[in-house]
Amino acid sequence: MTNSRMRHVYGWLLLTPAAILLIGFTHYPTVATLIDSFFSTGTAIRPSRFVGLDNYQLMVDDPIFWKVLGNNLWFALGTIPTSIALAIVMALWVNRRLPGRALVRMAYFTPTVLPMIAVANIWLFFYTPDIGLIDQIAALFGLPGHNWLGDPNTVLGAIIVMTIWKEAGFFMIFYLAALQNLPPELEEAAKLEGAGRWTYFRRVTFPLLMPITLFVLINAVLNSFKLVDHLFILTKGGPDNASNLLLYYIYISAFSFFDSAYAATLTMVLLVLLAVLAIAQFVILDKRIHYR
Amino acid sequence: MLRILRKTVLAMALAIGIGGLAVTAQAKTELTMYYPVAVGGPLTAIVDGLVANFMKQNPDIQVNAIYAGNYNDARIKALAALKSGQPAQLSVMFSIDIYELIEQGAIVAFDDIVETADDKAWLNSFFPALMENGRTQGKTWGIPFQRSTIVMYYNKDAFREAGLDPEMPPATWDELVEMGKKLTKAGGERWGVMIPSTGYPYWMFGALAMQNGEVLMNGDGNQTYFAKPAVVEALQFWRDLGAKYGVMPEGTIEWGTLRQNFLEGKTAIMWHSTGNLTAVKSNAKFDFGVAMLPANVRRGTPTGGGNFYIFKQTTPEERKAAMKLIKFMTSPESSAEWSIKTGYIGISPAAYETPALKAYVAEFPPAAVARDQLEFATAELSTYQTGRVRKLLDDAIQAALTGAKTPEAALTEAQSQSDRLLAGYR
Repeated sequence: MTNSRMRHVYGWLLLTPAAILLIGFTHYPTVATLIDSFFSTGTAIRPSRFVGLDNYQLMVDDPIFWKVLGNNLWFALGTIPTSIALAIVMALWVNRRLPGRALVRMAYFTPTVLPMIAVANIWLFFYTPDIGLIDQIAALFGLPGHNWLGDPNTVLGAIIVMTIWKEAGFFMIFYLAALQNLPPELEEAAKLEGAGRWTYFRRVTFPLLMPITLFVLINAVLNSFKLVDHLFILTKGGPDNASNLLLYYIYISAFSFFDSAYAATLTMVLLVLLAVLAIAQFVILDKRIHYR
Repeated sequence: MLRILRKTVLAMALAIGIGGLAVTAQAKTELTMYYPVAVGGPLTAIVDGLVANFMKQNPDIQVNAIYAGNYNDARIKALAALKSGQPAQLSVMFSIDIYELIEQGAIVAFDDIVETADDKAWLNSFFPALMENGRTQGKTWGIPFQRSTIVMYYNKDAFREAGLDPEMPPATWDELVEMGKKLTKAGGERWGVMIPSTGYPYWMFGALAMQNGEVLMNGDGNQTYFAKPAVVEALQFWRDLGAKYGVMPEGTIEWGTLRQNFLEGKTAIMWHSTGNLTAVKSNAKFDFGVAMLPANVRRGTPTGGGNFYIFKQTTPEERKAAMKLIKFMTSPESSAEWSIKTGYIGISPAAYETPALKAYVAEFPPAAVARDQLEFATAELSTYQTGRVRKLLDDAIQAALTGAKTPEAALTEAQSQSDRLLAGYR
């Protein structure tokens, strides 16, 4: 074989391990799920048969599906802006020379290190009415206790607070790294020019952090759909689906209801949603990012 | 060089030959078994101990008992193993999984395996209430292993403080309300009673429905009775405990923190699984008692817990070995040991006649409450499409308890959706 052909073969061979993993764990399952969603669930008594768009029709008619989608939207709106804003504030704060700076950074990062199930178990006892930490602190101020996880009006908010607590530290690390890469001359120049701290942040720091913000935003959006581990411990989607999220609904459809066709249908919705969001972020934000 | 090589090859061949001889001489039957643990405590060590005893008595059977998480996880693992190339031969799984397993063609009925008259009699040697969840279509599919009922734990010190007789816990719904009112302190400092409505609300509701004279489903797995008037009444009573009588917090009550609430004196009475008995016994700093659930029309409780199932994908030798293992694990002596160490019910009358369990019950009477309640027990909610049907009922219960829907509206909706799901199985 000629030299250049050998190089081609070489190139493809080097790509093969990554390609196998990618195809095996991403592309093939996606196509298989799409095909599964057009068939009914097979059992020993009734084998699987082609049903076309019936599963999608069932899904559209399912009130729990719409409730779950709405919950996920609120969950995303609640967690994404707040955790990013909190992460920036925390990063700016621990970037300066503080006494005990390492301790503060560790304190902010600890929630991230804990596994989600452990966090959920801890917060289960925080939220317990009357004997939990939150109600005990409220009692100190003379405020009445509340059944945070048992009240359909507060349960989603309670879960959002817990998720922000867990996520903000993770994003803070990225922002901290980015902040430390900013040249200090910019800040000195701004001080010389007499620019205030807020102006400096708004006009210089934040635009320079945009590449990291895009990365963190994508992570946050993915997490708002991915993070459902705590539901197994805290509420199991209750009360009456007030805290049910899409991925949790997919899990119980597949493994509690044994309805793998319906779970495949829901998964396709999740995939399309995530793909649209990812593309939107790259297209919209890419123009505004100042890459150095 | 060649001579050394030849010697080595000959030695290896000899070793393999002898090894092969040894293997064929001992043809062991190998059994893989998955089992779940659903309550606190060192239960895997106890199971390992029982299995080791069995293998000592049966050197020709090798058993791998694999701990598989909770009931959901155990079912998922067992079914996944069936689909892969390494199936298990038997497993302990939730008693209510029976219809799913039949529909998946995964399990074989014990009636198709037992041959001798002794074995057939053995099928009838367990408490009848515990066999209800394991029988359908006239056959037995599951043998009880780790079974429980709901019992009422109550704080005797709190009873004395409220001027009530600590040896007379409430025996009827009216007494529950009356005593609950005396036990409740203002401002939520202590509640009279707590019945958990997250985790397994359908289980607690099965008790209330039976106490009002109704069961939740039929024995064929294709009909539910959620909207019967007495059932709606039971849900109304559950809601009234909080909303009308004020003896229970309104809204949902968390299953996972209930035991802690009881131990800290936040509630004077709690309805919980008998599987918590040992944990409450070790941690209670006050005098506590255990009683049967109160009656309205009659006493009632659902059973709970896991059964032994044998899978269809097994050879006749494996089935014989599995039967031996199951007979050992459910023998009166093993069941007595299991009950004492965990708090689960002994599964046959013979188990309670063994000296060990007799002595234990004499010394610690609360251990017998669950057994005595078996007389008033019924099967746990189990139908085809059991996961979906269960979720319909759970959602209806939680909607009613949080005041989002009236009990009648919630249960009527749940019943109509359940009818749609089960219509195809009738």
